Amino acid sequence: MIVGQQKPFDEIWDMVKGFQKVLIYGCNTCVAICHAGGGKEAEILTSLLRMKAAQEGVDMQVDHAAIERHCEPEFFEPLDEKVRTYDLILSTACGVGVNFLADRLGGSIPVYPGINTSFYGGVPEAGFFVELCGGCGNCVLHLTGGICPIVRCSKSLMNGPCGGTNNGKCEVSNETDCAWFLIVERMKKLGTLDKLFEVQPPRDWSTGTHGGPRRVSLEHIRAYEEKEEKNAATEGR
Amino acid sequence: MKSGSNLERVIASGKMAVTAELGPPMSADPHEVIKKANILKGFCDAANITDCQTAVVRISSIAAAVIALREGLEPVMQMTCRDRNRIAMQADLLGAAALGIKNCLCIAGDHQMFSAAGKLKGHPGAKNVYDVDTCQLVGIMKKMRDEGLQQGGDKLEVAPKFFVGASWTPMGDPMDFRPYNLKKKVDAGADFIQTQGIYDMELFKSQMEKARNLGLLERTAMLAGIIVPKSAMMLKYMDSSVAGVTVPKSLIDRMNKAKTVAGDDKKKARELQEQEGIKITVELIQQALEIPGVKGVHIQAIEWETAMEPIVKAAGLYPRPTFPEA
Repeated sequence: MIVGQQKPFDEIWDMVKGFQKVLIYGCNTCVAICHAGGGKEAEILTSLLRMKAAQEGVDMQVDHAAIERHCEPEFFEPLDEKVRTYDLILSTACGVGVNFLADRLGGSIPVYPGINTSFYGGVPEAGFFVELCGGCGNCVLHLTGGICPIVRCSKSLMNGPCGGTNNGKCEVSNETDCAWFLIVERMKKLGTLDKLFEVQPPRDWSTGTHGGPRRVSLEHIRAYEEKEEKNAATEGR
Repeated sequence: MKSGSNLERVIASGKMAVTAELGPPMSADPHEVIKKANILKGFCDAANITDCQTAVVRISSIAAAVIALREGLEPVMQMTCRDRNRIAMQADLLGAAALGIKNCLCIAGDHQMFSAAGKLKGHPGAKNVYDVDTCQLVGIMKKMRDEGLQQGGDKLEVAPKFFVGASWTPMGDPMDFRPYNLKKKVDAGADFIQTQGIYDMELFKSQMEKARNLGLLERTAMLAGIIVPKSAMMLKYMDSSVAGVTVPKSLIDRMNKAKTVAGDDKKKARELQEQEGIKITVELIQQALEIPGVKGVHIQAIEWETAMEPIVKAAGLYPRPTFPEA
Protein backbone atom coordinates (compact mmCIF):
# COMPACT_ATOMS: atom_id res chain seq x y z
CA MET A 1 0.00 0.00 0.00
CA ILE A 2 0.96 3.64 -0.31
CA VAL A 3 1.82 5.13 3.06
CA GLY A 4 1.42 8.81 3.79
CA GLN A 5 1.35 11.24 6.67
CA GLN A 6 -0.81 14.30 7.09
CA LYS A 7 1.08 17.54 6.55
CA PRO A 8 1.62 19.74 9.62
CA PHE A 9 -1.55 21.71 10.29
CA ASP A 10 0.17 25.10 10.01
CA GLU A 11 1.43 24.21 6.55
CA ILE A 12 -2.09 23.19 5.52
CA TRP A 13 -3.53 26.41 6.93
CA ASP A 14 -0.97 28.46 4.98
CA MET A 15 -2.07 26.69 1.81
CA VAL A 16 -5.80 27.11 2.25
CA LYS A 17 -6.26 30.42 4.11
CA GLY A 18 -6.66 32.54 0.98
CA PHE A 19 -9.63 30.53 -0.34
CA GLN A 20 -13.30 30.92 0.43
CA LYS A 21 -14.82 27.56 -0.45
CA VAL A 22 -12.64 24.59 0.28
CA LEU A 23 -13.31 20.88 -0.11
CA ILE A 24 -11.24 18.42 1.87
CA TYR A 25 -11.31 15.38 -0.36
CA GLY A 26 -10.37 12.05 1.21
CA CYS A 27 -9.46 8.71 -0.30
CA ASN A 28 -10.68 5.57 1.43
CA THR A 29 -8.01 3.15 0.30
CA CYS A 30 -4.30 3.18 1.27
CA VAL A 31 -4.19 6.53 3.04
CA ALA A 32 -7.25 5.61 5.11
CA ILE A 33 -5.44 2.53 6.41
CA CYS A 34 -2.49 4.65 7.49
CA HIS A 35 -4.80 7.17 9.18
CA ALA A 36 -3.57 10.01 7.01
CA GLY A 37 -6.24 10.90 4.48
CA GLY A 38 -9.35 8.73 4.56
CA GLY A 39 -12.89 10.05 4.97
CA LYS A 40 -12.51 10.15 8.74
CA GLU A 41 -9.27 12.15 8.59
CA ALA A 42 -10.80 14.49 6.00
CA GLU A 43 -13.69 15.13 8.40
CA ILE A 44 -11.41 15.85 11.36
CA LEU A 45 -9.24 18.15 9.26
CA THR A 46 -12.37 19.97 8.15
CA SER A 47 -13.36 20.63 11.77
CA LEU A 48 -9.88 21.87 12.60
CA LEU A 49 -9.87 24.22 9.61
CA ARG A 50 -13.33 25.57 10.48
CA MET A 51 -12.14 26.31 14.03
CA LYS A 52 -8.95 27.92 12.79
CA ALA A 53 -10.88 30.05 10.29
CA ALA A 54 -13.25 31.20 13.06
CA GLN A 55 -10.31 31.95 15.32
CA GLU A 56 -8.54 33.97 12.66
CA GLY A 57 -11.72 35.73 11.58
CA VAL A 58 -11.45 34.35 8.06
CA ASP A 59 -14.68 33.89 6.14
CA MET A 60 -14.33 30.40 4.75
CA GLN A 61 -16.60 27.48 3.95
CA VAL A 62 -14.93 24.13 4.51
CA ASP A 63 -16.62 20.84 3.55
CA HIS A 64 -15.45 17.29 3.26
CA ALA A 65 -16.08 14.30 1.07
CA ALA A 66 -14.40 11.00 0.33
CA ILE A 67 -14.42 8.40 -2.40
CA GLU A 68 -13.05 4.88 -2.53
CA ARG A 69 -10.11 5.62 -4.80
CA HIS A 70 -8.45 8.66 -6.26
CA CYS A 71 -6.66 6.87 -9.08
CA GLU A 72 -9.46 5.74 -11.42
CA PRO A 73 -12.07 7.92 -13.21
CA GLU A 74 -15.20 6.01 -12.32
CA PHE A 75 -14.86 6.65 -8.59
CA PHE A 76 -14.80 10.42 -9.17
CA GLU A 77 -17.86 10.57 -11.40
CA PRO A 78 -20.64 10.67 -8.77
CA LEU A 79 -19.12 13.72 -7.07
CA ASP A 80 -17.77 15.51 -10.13
CA GLU A 81 -20.44 18.18 -10.21
CA LYS A 82 -20.21 18.99 -6.51
CA VAL A 83 -16.39 19.14 -6.65
CA ARG A 84 -16.49 21.75 -9.39
CA THR A 85 -18.34 24.19 -7.11
CA TYR A 86 -15.30 24.77 -4.86
CA ASP A 87 -12.42 27.27 -5.07
CA LEU A 88 -9.89 24.80 -3.77
CA ILE A 89 -9.68 21.04 -3.39
CA LEU A 90 -7.39 19.95 -0.60
CA SER A 91 -6.85 16.32 -1.46
CA THR A 92 -5.81 13.97 1.31
CA ALA A 93 -5.18 11.22 -1.20
CA CYS A 94 -1.63 10.18 -1.98
CA GLY A 95 0.38 12.09 -4.57
CA VAL A 96 -1.08 9.87 -7.27
CA GLY A 97 -4.56 11.01 -6.31
CA VAL A 98 -3.58 14.69 -6.24
CA ASN A 99 -2.05 14.44 -9.73
CA PHE A 100 -4.95 12.42 -11.05
CA LEU A 101 -7.59 14.85 -9.83
CA ALA A 102 -5.58 17.92 -10.88
CA ASP A 103 -5.27 16.47 -14.39
CA ARG A 104 -8.97 15.67 -14.38
CA LEU A 105 -9.89 19.23 -13.39
CA GLY A 106 -7.47 20.52 -15.99
CA GLY A 107 -6.60 23.79 -14.26
CA SER A 108 -10.19 24.88 -13.57
CA ILE A 109 -9.72 24.52 -9.79
CA PRO A 110 -6.45 24.13 -7.88
CA VAL A 111 -5.82 20.80 -6.12
CA TYR A 112 -3.44 20.99 -3.15
CA PRO A 113 -1.88 18.13 -1.19
CA GLY A 114 -3.03 17.57 2.39
CA ILE A 115 -0.61 14.74 3.06
CA ASN A 116 2.98 13.86 2.34
CA THR A 117 3.18 10.61 0.39
CA SER A 118 5.93 8.66 2.07
CA PHE A 119 6.49 5.24 0.52
CA TYR A 120 5.19 1.85 -0.60
CA GLY A 121 5.01 -0.14 2.57
CA GLY A 122 3.40 -2.69 4.82
CA VAL A 123 1.77 -2.61 8.25
CA PRO A 124 3.57 -5.15 10.46
CA GLU A 125 1.55 -3.96 13.44
CA ALA A 126 -1.24 -1.46 14.02
CA GLY A 127 0.07 2.09 13.73
CA PHE A 128 3.46 1.04 12.39
CA PHE A 129 4.38 1.28 8.73
CA VAL A 130 7.59 0.24 7.01
CA GLU A 131 8.96 0.85 3.54
CA LEU A 132 9.32 -2.38 1.61
CA CYS A 133 9.47 -1.59 -2.11
CA GLY A 134 11.04 1.15 -4.19
CA GLY A 135 9.03 0.59 -7.35
CA CYS A 136 12.30 0.35 -9.29
CA GLY A 137 10.74 -1.49 -12.20
CA ASN A 138 13.20 -4.38 -12.16
CA CYS A 139 12.56 -6.66 -9.22
CA VAL A 140 15.46 -8.63 -7.73
CA LEU A 141 13.72 -10.09 -4.68
CA HIS A 142 14.40 -13.64 -5.91
CA LEU A 143 18.11 -12.90 -5.45
CA THR A 144 17.83 -11.39 -1.99
CA GLY A 145 15.50 -13.62 -0.03
CA GLY A 146 12.49 -11.35 -0.50
CA ILE A 147 14.22 -8.36 1.12
CA CYS A 148 14.52 -5.30 -1.10
CA PRO A 149 18.10 -3.99 -1.30
CA ILE A 150 16.96 -0.92 -3.20
CA VAL A 151 14.92 0.67 -0.42
CA ARG A 152 15.74 -1.35 2.66
CA CYS A 153 19.49 -0.74 2.26
CA SER A 154 20.30 2.94 2.85
CA LYS A 155 22.85 2.81 0.03
CA SER A 156 20.80 0.62 -2.37
CA LEU A 157 23.73 -1.77 -2.55
CA MET A 158 23.42 -4.76 -4.84
CA ASN A 159 26.54 -6.41 -3.39
CA GLY A 160 26.24 -5.68 0.30
CA PRO A 161 26.76 -5.43 3.15
CA CYS A 162 29.02 -2.37 3.43
CA GLY A 163 31.31 -1.73 6.37
CA GLY A 164 28.66 0.21 8.25
CA THR A 165 26.77 -2.76 9.71
CA ASN A 166 26.84 -2.54 13.48
CA ASN A 167 25.18 -5.32 15.47
CA GLY A 168 22.82 -5.90 12.59
CA LYS A 169 21.86 -2.22 12.39
CA CYS A 170 22.53 0.36 9.69
CA GLU A 171 25.04 3.20 10.12
CA VAL A 172 22.22 5.64 9.37
CA SER A 173 20.40 4.83 12.61
CA ASN A 174 20.57 2.14 15.26
CA GLU A 175 16.82 1.78 14.86
CA THR A 176 17.19 0.76 11.22
CA ASP A 177 17.93 -2.86 10.42
CA CYS A 178 20.81 -3.48 8.02
CA ALA A 179 19.02 -4.96 4.99
CA TRP A 180 22.09 -6.93 3.97
CA PHE A 181 22.41 -8.43 7.42
CA LEU A 182 18.81 -9.58 7.05
CA ILE A 183 19.42 -10.79 3.49
CA VAL A 184 22.41 -12.92 4.50
CA GLU A 185 20.53 -14.46 7.43
CA ARG A 186 17.43 -15.11 5.28
CA MET A 187 19.45 -16.70 2.49
CA LYS A 188 21.16 -18.97 5.03
CA LYS A 189 17.76 -20.16 6.24
CA LEU A 190 16.57 -20.69 2.69
CA GLY A 191 19.73 -22.65 1.93
CA THR A 192 20.54 -20.32 -0.97
CA LEU A 193 23.47 -18.31 0.43
CA ASP A 194 25.54 -19.25 -2.62
CA LYS A 195 23.33 -16.97 -4.72
CA LEU A 196 24.94 -14.06 -2.88
CA PHE A 197 28.45 -15.08 -3.92
CA GLU A 198 27.90 -13.83 -7.44
CA VAL A 199 28.79 -10.21 -8.23
CA GLN A 200 25.69 -8.35 -9.37
CA PRO A 201 26.61 -6.05 -12.28
CA PRO A 202 25.70 -2.34 -12.42
CA ARG A 203 21.95 -1.97 -12.66
CA ASP A 204 19.93 -0.48 -15.45
CA TRP A 205 18.10 2.20 -13.46
CA SER A 206 16.10 3.35 -16.50
CA THR A 207 13.27 1.07 -15.42
CA GLY A 208 12.89 3.30 -12.36
CA THR A 209 12.35 7.03 -12.03
CA HIS A 210 15.72 7.65 -13.71
CA GLY A 211 14.35 6.72 -17.11
CA GLY A 212 11.80 9.52 -17.15
CA PRO A 213 8.06 9.21 -16.37
CA ARG A 214 6.88 5.63 -16.69
CA ARG A 215 3.75 4.06 -18.10
CA VAL A 216 2.47 0.58 -18.59
CA SER A 217 0.34 -0.03 -21.66
CA LEU A 218 -1.53 -3.31 -21.96
CA GLU A 219 -2.34 -3.36 -25.65
CA HIS A 220 -4.72 -6.34 -25.51
CA ILE A 221 -6.82 -4.72 -22.79
CA ARG A 222 -6.87 -1.39 -24.61
CA ALA A 223 -7.86 -3.07 -27.89
CA TYR A 224 -10.63 -4.98 -26.15
CA GLU A 225 -11.99 -1.84 -24.47
CA GLU A 226 -11.91 0.02 -27.78
CA LYS A 227 -13.84 -2.78 -29.46
CA GLU A 228 -16.44 -2.84 -26.68
CA GLU A 229 -16.91 0.90 -27.01
CA LYS A 230 -17.35 0.62 -30.76
CA ASN A 231 -19.88 -2.19 -30.34
CA ALA A 232 -21.83 -0.16 -27.82
CA ALA A 233 -21.87 2.80 -30.19
CA THR A 234 -23.07 0.63 -33.11
CA GLU A 235 -25.79 -0.95 -31.01
CA GLY A 236 -26.85 2.44 -29.75
CA ARG A 237 -27.30 3.60 -33.31
CA MET B 1 52.48 -4.09 -14.22
CA LYS B 2 48.87 -3.07 -14.31
CA SER B 3 49.44 0.55 -13.32
CA GLY B 4 53.14 0.89 -12.62
CA SER B 5 52.34 2.70 -9.38
CA ASN B 6 54.89 2.73 -6.60
CA LEU B 7 52.46 0.78 -4.41
CA GLU B 8 52.05 -1.89 -7.04
CA ARG B 9 55.82 -2.14 -7.47
CA VAL B 10 56.45 -2.54 -3.75
CA ILE B 11 53.87 -5.30 -3.57
CA ALA B 12 55.24 -6.98 -6.70
CA SER B 13 58.76 -6.86 -5.22
CA GLY B 14 57.57 -9.03 -2.34
CA LYS B 15 58.39 -6.41 0.29
CA MET B 16 55.78 -5.48 2.86
CA ALA B 17 53.85 -2.43 1.68
CA VAL B 18 52.99 0.56 3.86
CA THR B 19 50.14 2.92 3.09
CA ALA B 20 49.08 5.91 5.15
CA GLU B 21 46.13 8.24 5.20
CA LEU B 22 45.80 11.93 4.36
CA GLY B 23 42.50 13.63 5.07
CA PRO B 24 41.99 16.80 2.98
CA PRO B 25 40.91 19.94 4.84
CA MET B 26 37.52 21.68 4.98
CA SER B 27 39.09 24.67 3.29
CA ALA B 28 40.30 25.87 -0.07
CA ASP B 29 43.82 26.19 1.33
CA PRO B 30 46.20 23.68 -0.28
CA HIS B 31 48.87 24.14 2.40
CA GLU B 32 47.28 21.67 4.77
CA VAL B 33 47.59 18.96 2.12
CA ILE B 34 51.13 20.07 1.26
CA LYS B 35 52.12 19.99 4.93
CA LYS B 36 50.66 16.54 5.56
CA ALA B 37 52.15 15.18 2.33
CA ASN B 38 55.62 16.26 3.39
CA ILE B 39 55.22 14.69 6.82
CA LEU B 40 54.13 11.37 5.33
CA LYS B 41 56.57 11.33 2.41
CA GLY B 42 59.27 8.72 2.87
CA PHE B 43 57.36 6.82 5.54
CA CYS B 44 54.82 5.14 3.29
CA ASP B 45 54.65 3.83 -0.26
CA ALA B 46 51.43 5.67 -0.97
CA ALA B 47 48.84 7.59 1.02
CA ASN B 48 45.08 7.34 0.80
CA ILE B 49 43.40 10.62 0.04
CA THR B 50 39.97 10.38 1.58
CA ASP B 51 36.89 11.36 -0.40
CA CYS B 52 34.77 13.63 1.81
CA GLN B 53 34.95 11.19 4.72
CA THR B 54 31.95 11.17 7.06
CA ALA B 55 30.09 12.96 4.24
CA VAL B 56 31.64 16.32 5.10
CA VAL B 57 32.71 18.66 2.30
CA ARG B 58 36.49 18.89 1.94
CA ILE B 59 38.99 19.42 -0.88
CA SER B 60 38.04 16.71 -3.37
CA SER B 61 40.12 13.56 -3.31
CA ILE B 62 41.16 14.02 -6.93
CA ALA B 63 42.45 17.57 -6.34
CA ALA B 64 44.17 16.71 -3.06
CA ALA B 65 45.71 13.64 -4.71
CA VAL B 66 47.25 15.84 -7.39
CA ILE B 67 48.61 18.25 -4.75
CA ALA B 68 50.16 15.30 -2.88
CA LEU B 69 51.62 13.94 -6.08
CA ARG B 70 53.28 17.30 -6.80
CA GLU B 71 54.89 17.07 -3.36
CA GLY B 72 56.32 13.67 -4.24
CA LEU B 73 53.85 11.58 -2.26
CA GLU B 74 52.09 8.89 -4.25
CA PRO B 75 48.35 9.09 -3.67
CA VAL B 76 45.71 6.39 -3.44
CA MET B 77 42.72 8.38 -4.56
CA GLN B 78 39.62 7.22 -2.72
CA MET B 79 36.35 7.24 -4.58
CA THR B 80 33.03 6.78 -2.84
CA CYS B 81 29.84 5.61 -4.51
CA ARG B 82 27.86 8.17 -2.54
CA ASP B 83 28.39 11.33 -4.54
CA ARG B 84 28.78 10.42 -8.19
CA ASN B 85 26.96 8.36 -10.76
CA ARG B 86 28.85 6.15 -13.19
CA ILE B 87 29.19 8.99 -15.68
CA ALA B 88 30.88 11.32 -13.20
CA MET B 89 32.96 8.48 -11.76
CA GLN B 90 34.38 7.47 -15.10
CA ALA B 91 34.95 11.08 -16.10
CA ASP B 92 36.87 11.63 -12.85
CA LEU B 93 38.82 8.43 -13.41
CA LEU B 94 39.89 9.57 -16.86
CA GLY B 95 40.81 12.96 -15.43
CA ALA B 96 42.70 11.47 -12.51
CA ALA B 97 44.66 9.16 -14.79
CA ALA B 98 45.44 12.08 -17.10
CA LEU B 99 46.79 13.96 -14.07
CA GLY B 100 49.08 11.07 -13.14
CA ILE B 101 47.12 9.29 -10.42
CA LYS B 102 47.69 5.54 -10.49
CA ASN B 103 45.95 4.06 -7.45
CA CYS B 104 42.28 4.21 -6.63
CA LEU B 105 40.40 2.76 -3.69
CA CYS B 106 36.69 2.06 -4.16
CA ILE B 107 34.43 2.49 -1.15
CA ALA B 108 30.72 2.81 -0.54
CA GLY B 109 31.25 5.98 1.50
CA ASP B 110 29.71 7.06 4.78
CA HIS B 111 26.02 7.79 4.36
CA GLN B 112 25.25 11.52 4.45
CA MET B 113 22.95 11.00 7.46
CA PHE B 114 25.93 9.61 9.33
CA SER B 115 27.70 12.95 9.66
CA ALA B 116 24.66 14.38 11.40
CA ALA B 117 25.51 12.18 14.36
CA GLY B 118 28.97 13.75 14.69
CA LYS B 119 30.17 17.18 15.73
CA LEU B 120 29.83 18.75 12.31
CA LYS B 121 26.65 19.79 10.55
CA GLY B 122 27.46 17.98 7.31
CA HIS B 123 24.66 17.71 4.78
CA PRO B 124 22.15 15.18 6.10
CA GLY B 125 19.53 16.50 3.66
CA ALA B 126 21.68 15.83 0.60
CA LYS B 127 20.55 13.47 -2.14
CA ASN B 128 22.94 10.55 -2.43
CA VAL B 129 23.70 8.68 -5.60
CA TYR B 130 24.71 5.03 -5.14
CA ASP B 131 24.28 4.37 -8.83
CA VAL B 132 26.88 1.61 -8.50
CA ASP B 133 28.28 -0.07 -5.41
CA THR B 134 31.88 -0.86 -4.46
CA CYS B 135 32.04 -4.21 -6.27
CA GLN B 136 30.57 -2.66 -9.38
CA LEU B 137 32.96 0.31 -9.29
CA VAL B 138 35.90 -2.08 -8.99
CA GLY B 139 34.57 -3.91 -12.03
CA ILE B 140 34.17 -0.66 -13.98
CA MET B 141 37.79 0.33 -13.29
CA LYS B 142 39.03 -3.08 -14.31
CA LYS B 143 37.00 -3.02 -17.50
CA MET B 144 38.32 0.44 -18.37
CA ARG B 145 41.91 -0.62 -17.73
CA ASP B 146 41.96 -4.13 -19.18
CA GLU B 147 39.42 -3.90 -21.99
CA GLY B 148 39.65 -0.20 -22.79
CA LEU B 149 35.89 0.06 -22.46
CA GLN B 150 33.55 2.28 -20.53
CA GLN B 151 30.86 0.62 -18.47
CA GLY B 152 28.32 1.50 -21.14
CA GLY B 153 30.49 -0.16 -23.81
CA ASP B 154 32.04 2.84 -25.56
CA LYS B 155 35.71 2.50 -26.43
CA LEU B 156 38.49 4.42 -24.69
CA GLU B 157 41.35 5.38 -26.95
CA VAL B 158 43.68 5.60 -23.99
CA ALA B 159 42.60 3.51 -21.02
CA PRO B 160 43.19 4.73 -17.45
CA LYS B 161 45.63 2.34 -15.80
CA PHE B 162 44.71 2.12 -12.14
CA PHE B 163 45.92 -0.17 -9.42
CA VAL B 164 42.46 -0.93 -8.10
CA GLY B 165 41.72 -1.26 -4.42
CA ALA B 166 38.74 -1.99 -2.23
CA SER B 167 38.14 -1.84 1.48
CA TRP B 168 37.17 -4.79 3.63
CA THR B 169 35.70 -4.93 7.12
CA PRO B 170 36.77 -8.42 8.16
CA MET B 171 35.08 -8.25 11.55
CA GLY B 172 31.89 -6.54 10.49
CA ASP B 173 28.73 -8.54 10.92
CA PRO B 174 27.47 -10.88 9.64
CA MET B 175 31.02 -12.07 10.24
CA ASP B 176 30.68 -15.46 8.58
CA PHE B 177 29.71 -13.71 5.32
CA ARG B 178 32.65 -11.27 5.32
CA PRO B 179 35.11 -13.66 3.61
CA TYR B 180 32.58 -14.02 0.78
CA ASN B 181 32.11 -10.27 0.73
CA LEU B 182 35.87 -10.10 0.15
CA LYS B 183 35.64 -12.76 -2.52
CA LYS B 184 33.17 -10.67 -4.48
CA LYS B 185 35.53 -7.68 -4.41
CA VAL B 186 38.42 -9.87 -5.56
CA ASP B 187 36.26 -11.50 -8.25
CA ALA B 188 35.28 -8.02 -9.42
CA GLY B 189 38.97 -7.18 -9.83
CA ALA B 190 40.40 -5.68 -6.63
CA ASP B 191 44.21 -5.75 -6.91
CA PHE B 192 44.65 -4.74 -3.30
CA ILE B 193 42.55 -4.59 -0.16
CA GLN B 194 42.83 -2.25 2.80
CA THR B 195 40.97 -3.40 5.85
CA GLN B 196 39.06 -1.54 8.51
CA GLY B 197 41.17 -0.91 11.62
CA ILE B 198 42.09 -4.13 13.41
CA TYR B 199 42.84 -4.41 17.12
CA ASP B 200 41.77 -7.99 17.67
CA MET B 201 44.52 -9.81 15.74
CA GLU B 202 43.34 -13.29 16.72
CA LEU B 203 39.94 -12.66 15.22
CA PHE B 204 41.52 -11.15 12.10
CA LYS B 205 43.75 -14.20 11.80
CA SER B 206 40.73 -16.50 11.76
CA GLN B 207 39.00 -14.37 9.10
CA MET B 208 42.20 -14.42 7.05
CA GLU B 209 42.30 -18.20 7.32
CA LYS B 210 38.84 -18.31 5.72
CA ALA B 211 39.95 -15.90 3.00
CA ARG B 212 42.99 -18.08 2.37
CA ASN B 213 40.83 -21.19 2.09
CA LEU B 214 38.79 -19.39 -0.57
CA GLY B 215 42.05 -18.84 -2.49
CA LEU B 216 41.73 -15.07 -2.27
CA LEU B 217 45.09 -14.16 -0.84
CA GLU B 218 47.01 -15.18 -3.95
CA ARG B 219 44.68 -13.06 -6.05
CA THR B 220 44.80 -9.81 -4.12
CA ALA B 221 47.27 -7.98 -1.88
CA MET B 222 45.92 -7.74 1.65
CA LEU B 223 46.98 -4.66 3.60
CA ALA B 224 45.95 -4.89 7.24
CA GLY B 225 44.43 -1.68 8.55
CA ILE B 226 45.79 -0.25 11.80
CA ILE B 227 44.27 2.90 13.29
CA VAL B 228 46.82 4.51 15.61
CA PRO B 229 45.19 4.90 19.03
CA LYS B 230 45.77 8.24 20.69
CA SER B 231 43.98 7.81 23.99
CA ALA B 232 42.03 5.40 26.15
CA MET B 233 38.91 7.37 25.28
CA MET B 234 39.46 6.88 21.57
CA LEU B 235 39.90 3.13 22.00
CA LYS B 236 36.73 2.89 24.06
CA TYR B 237 34.82 4.89 21.47
CA MET B 238 36.11 2.71 18.64
CA ASP B 239 35.15 -0.42 20.53
CA SER B 240 31.63 0.73 21.32
CA SER B 241 30.69 2.83 18.32
CA VAL B 242 32.70 2.06 15.20
CA ALA B 243 31.16 -0.61 12.98
CA GLY B 244 33.29 -3.71 12.58
CA VAL B 245 35.86 -2.69 15.19
CA THR B 246 36.37 -4.53 18.46
CA VAL B 247 39.15 -3.59 20.85
CA PRO B 248 40.43 -6.20 23.29
CA LYS B 249 40.10 -5.11 26.91
CA SER B 250 43.84 -5.61 27.44
CA LEU B 251 44.63 -2.77 25.02
CA ILE B 252 42.14 -0.42 26.66
CA ASP B 253 43.65 -1.33 30.05
CA ARG B 254 47.14 -0.50 28.80
CA MET B 255 46.02 2.90 27.63
CA ASN B 256 44.13 3.52 30.87
CA LYS B 257 47.24 2.67 32.80
CA ALA B 258 49.33 5.12 30.76
CA LYS B 259 46.75 7.77 31.56
CA THR B 260 46.55 7.02 35.28
CA VAL B 261 50.32 7.05 35.77
CA ALA B 262 50.33 10.75 34.87
CA GLY B 263 47.96 11.57 37.72
CA ASP B 264 46.51 15.07 37.40
CA ASP B 265 49.10 16.21 34.84
CA LYS B 266 46.94 16.38 31.72
CA LYS B 267 49.80 17.16 29.36
CA LYS B 268 51.78 14.21 30.64
CA ALA B 269 48.71 11.97 30.47
CA ARG B 270 48.34 12.86 26.80
CA GLU B 271 52.03 12.26 26.09
CA LEU B 272 52.09 8.92 27.86
CA GLN B 273 48.95 7.76 26.07
CA GLU B 274 50.41 8.80 22.73
CA GLN B 275 53.62 6.91 23.48
CA GLU B 276 51.60 3.85 24.45
CA GLY B 277 49.48 4.27 21.31
CA ILE B 278 52.57 4.20 19.13
CA LYS B 279 53.86 1.14 21.01
CA ILE B 280 50.54 -0.67 20.57
CA THR B 281 50.51 0.23 16.86
CA VAL B 282 54.01 -1.16 16.33
CA GLU B 283 53.03 -4.39 18.07
CA LEU B 284 49.86 -4.68 16.00
CA ILE B 285 51.84 -4.10 12.79
CA GLN B 286 54.32 -6.81 13.70
CA GLN B 287 51.53 -9.25 14.55
CA ALA B 288 49.69 -8.44 11.34
CA LEU B 289 52.74 -8.91 9.16
CA GLU B 290 53.19 -12.41 10.54
CA ILE B 291 49.77 -13.53 9.37
CA PRO B 292 50.18 -15.57 6.16
CA GLY B 293 48.86 -13.69 3.17
CA VAL B 294 49.29 -10.20 4.61
CA LYS B 295 51.21 -8.09 2.10
CA GLY B 296 51.50 -4.91 4.08
CA VAL B 297 49.83 -2.48 6.43
CA HIS B 298 47.54 0.48 6.04
CA ILE B 299 48.41 2.76 8.95
CA GLN B 300 45.89 5.46 9.76
CA ALA B 301 47.31 8.14 12.03
CA ILE B 302 44.22 10.29 11.80
CA GLU B 303 45.08 13.99 12.20
CA TRP B 304 48.37 12.78 13.71
CA GLU B 305 50.58 12.31 10.66
CA THR B 306 53.80 12.92 12.65
CA ALA B 307 53.26 9.54 14.34
CA MET B 308 54.07 7.77 11.07
CA GLU B 309 57.83 8.28 11.30
CA PRO B 310 58.40 6.72 14.74
CA ILE B 311 55.90 3.92 13.98
CA VAL B 312 57.40 2.91 10.66
CA LYS B 313 60.93 3.11 12.06
CA ALA B 314 60.14 1.10 15.17
CA ALA B 315 58.31 -1.51 13.13
CA GLY B 316 61.43 -2.09 11.04
CA LEU B 317 59.69 -0.82 7.92
CA TYR B 318 62.12 2.02 7.25
CA PRO B 319 63.55 2.98 4.81
CA ARG B 320 60.84 2.39 2.22
CA PRO B 321 61.95 0.69 -0.98
CA THR B 322 62.61 2.86 -4.01
CA PHE B 323 62.61 1.95 -7.67
CA PRO B 324 64.30 3.55 -10.64
CA GLU B 325 61.90 5.58 -12.79
CA ALA B 326 60.23 3.32 -15.30
